[in-house]
Amino acid sequence: MTRVEESTTKQTETEEFLTFTLGSEEYAIDILKVQEIRGYDAVTKIANTPDYIKGVINMRGVIVPVVDMRLKFHLGNATYDQFTVMIILNLGQRIVGMVVDSVSDVIALNPEEIRPAPDFGSTFDTQYLIGLASVGERMAIVVDIEKLMTSQEMGLIDQIIVS
Amino acid sequence: MTIDLNQFHKVFIDEAHEHLGNMEQLLLALDIKNANLEELNAIFRAAHSIKGGSGTFGFSDIAELTHALETLLDKLRKQILDPTEQMVSAFLECCDLLNDMLQAHQSGNEVDESSIQTMRLRLLELADSDATSDESAFISSIESSEENEGFGFFVDEKTLPAAQEKSIKEEADGFGFFVDESELPAQKTNTVKSSTKQENAKAPAESSIRVGVEKVDQLINLVGELVITRSMLAQSASHLDPVQFEAIHEGLVNLERNSRDLQESVMSIRMLPINFVFGRFPRLVRDLTQKMNKKVRLKLVGEETELDKGLIEKLSDPLTHLLRNSIDHGIETPEVRSAAGKAEEGTITMSASHQGGSILVQIIDDGAGLNREKLLAKAREKNIPLSDNPSDKEVWQLIFAAGFSTAQQVTDVSGRGVGMDVVQKNIAEMKGQVEIESVAGQGTTIGLRLPLTLAILDGMTLRVGSEIFIMPLTRILESLQPTHDQLKTVSGQGRVVQIRGEYLPLIALYQILNLEPEVIDPEKGILVVVESSSGKVALFVDELIAQQQVVIKSLETHYRKVEGISGATIMGDGRVALILDIDKLAKMNSQVASSERTG
Repeated sequence: MTRVEESTTKQTETEEFLTFTLGSEEYAIDILKVQEIRGYDAVTKIANTPDYIKGVINMRGVIVPVVDMRLKFHLGNATYDQFTVMIILNLGQRIVGMVVDSVSDVIALNPEEIRPAPDFGSTFDTQYLIGLASVGERMAIVVDIEKLMTSQEMGLIDQIIVS
Repeated sequence: MTIDLNQFHKVFIDEAHEHLGNMEQLLLALDIKNANLEELNAIFRAAHSIKGGSGTFGFSDIAELTHALETLLDKLRKQILDPTEQMVSAFLECCDLLNDMLQAHQSGNEVDESSIQTMRLRLLELADSDATSDESAFISSIESSEENEGFGFFVDEKTLPAAQEKSIKEEADGFGFFVDESELPAQKTNTVKSSTKQENAKAPAESSIRVGVEKVDQLINLVGELVITRSMLAQSASHLDPVQFEAIHEGLVNLERNSRDLQESVMSIRMLPINFVFGRFPRLVRDLTQKMNKKVRLKLVGEETELDKGLIEKLSDPLTHLLRNSIDHGIETPEVRSAAGKAEEGTITMSASHQGGSILVQIIDDGAGLNREKLLAKAREKNIPLSDNPSDKEVWQLIFAAGFSTAQQVTDVSGRGVGMDVVQKNIAEMKGQVEIESVAGQGTTIGLRLPLTLAILDGMTLRVGSEIFIMPLTRILESLQPTHDQLKTVSGQGRVVQIRGEYLPLIALYQILNLEPEVIDPEKGILVVVESSSGKVALFVDELIAQQQVVIKSLETHYRKVEGISGATIMGDGRVALILDIDKLAKMNSQVASSERTG
């Protein structure tokens, strides 16, 4: 009996993550933060912004900024073709589009499967990392995407709101 | 079982606010000397509904106060007492107090107990005040009051099952707490008259619904999407053979018409009659004129003129300022007026009307008018630079300077010199203009010209490189292709262009916005002369495309403010185009120029 109960509680604690690749690294983000995945097209440039902010797109009447993570973290080749994918994130009040190399999988992880990240020289500042998780043979870096996207470093939000 | 009363509280408070607003309007419209029984009854009903609701939800303080209010009103409508000016004043103040109390209940604050008691006693005193003094009215009402009393009960109780009616009659007062005429569904009316009355009162409540603004905005977004999808469909269907696919083409034409109609009606949901702002002014005028011993008649014209809800909210403060100014500075005291051969009672007309694509709101007073000499003297005193022989228009603009007041004495109404500058700022924020006309001794007219809505912009689409931008059409003065000798380079100032003897700074959009243009030689592109807050400037672009109405969307919802850009819109092909902020661009350009000069 107790074992069954234990397994059900474990079941409910499992969270699902979407994994994507940037260069040779694999990243995982909370799937509840993902609104949709779509192709890359018709981005309107915004003047005087860093190169990784590609501009804004029309998402069914809503104007949403697009960030190219490959440019931001100098990973992979920033080419734009019909295979370029964009993950639309829904972060509370805000919607942000994020260009990555490719979207791989949806994985379920128990909290204990996510091990704290060692203080290694990651591309992402460790304050935005939740930890590391192994997915079969590979390893995924679990990122707190909301914290990263709303950070001052990304420059997506007016600084007054951030501080 | 516990019931969450809070949700009912909110409904009650919303309703009570509505009743109070209603009551205030009726009170202000009330003709004291010739009071209409219908109106008195309507006021009574409003008070009664508040009392009923507050009793039910345990707001005993409100119930107590409204009970006193009701007692007095009851005597009025039964014609035991005749309405007086004092009573109306007391009623209005009571309305304010009730509003405060409701607010306090909502936020969980305490209301000053003594002020409630004072008001209650004042009302009761008025109710008790020599009821017999008007002998004839009293006697004549005795007969009818018997009837009326019964009639009054039916008004209260007709919503209850008839069987209960008799037994309740005796304790109608106590029961009144629990009866809210407008809420109980069962309607058994004993008198035809009262039933029609009630229907009258109920009609507006049933013909409208409350909807959150965000829901309406969502609708507008969805319709915008529909329009874009339609144009995409039309584009892909355009190469189909018109004969073979006649049905599709016909369907698309219908779709276009329907979606356009749909867009129009959805936009119209945001439109409200300007009466939402005008409605509060009769009260303001009444209060101010009493305070200042002036006689003013307020005339409202064109209250049904509709404009965007967002504008209505922003219009309220500037209009209040302007109206206060007109009463305080414009309209003279009755003595001065009659000495000048004018009617003792001043008239202020507030009018609203559609004029072309904009709305004109005017505040016209027949007061003293602006004093040119006084304004000029004040300007000299404040060291405000003026041309040698300023036109009237220039002089009138002085009143918008911050800290500028010619009022002899500062009153608590106006004269501190804040206000007019705020008015102009607010109106400018709404992309509107303020116009002043004034004739000494005859009055002043202040006109506010506003766009119909903040959601739509008449724009000119233009292209720089591969990017499309929108420029507000109203700012464009002209466009031209310059010749070589019109272009000059002033050292440290950047380029200028000479147009009919004027030298205008030339702003290359591609430089300021870091774009790759098709042409870098202004002679091959187009110069658009625009009016910015810092004077005329010439914007250099690749090409002008078309004139178009666009729906304004904020960039800040999901991104942040972008310098030189005031917003964005979605074009027919689904792409986002940015709307240029002309004033900001002109400022950015002068900053660039000055940094080049110093560096």
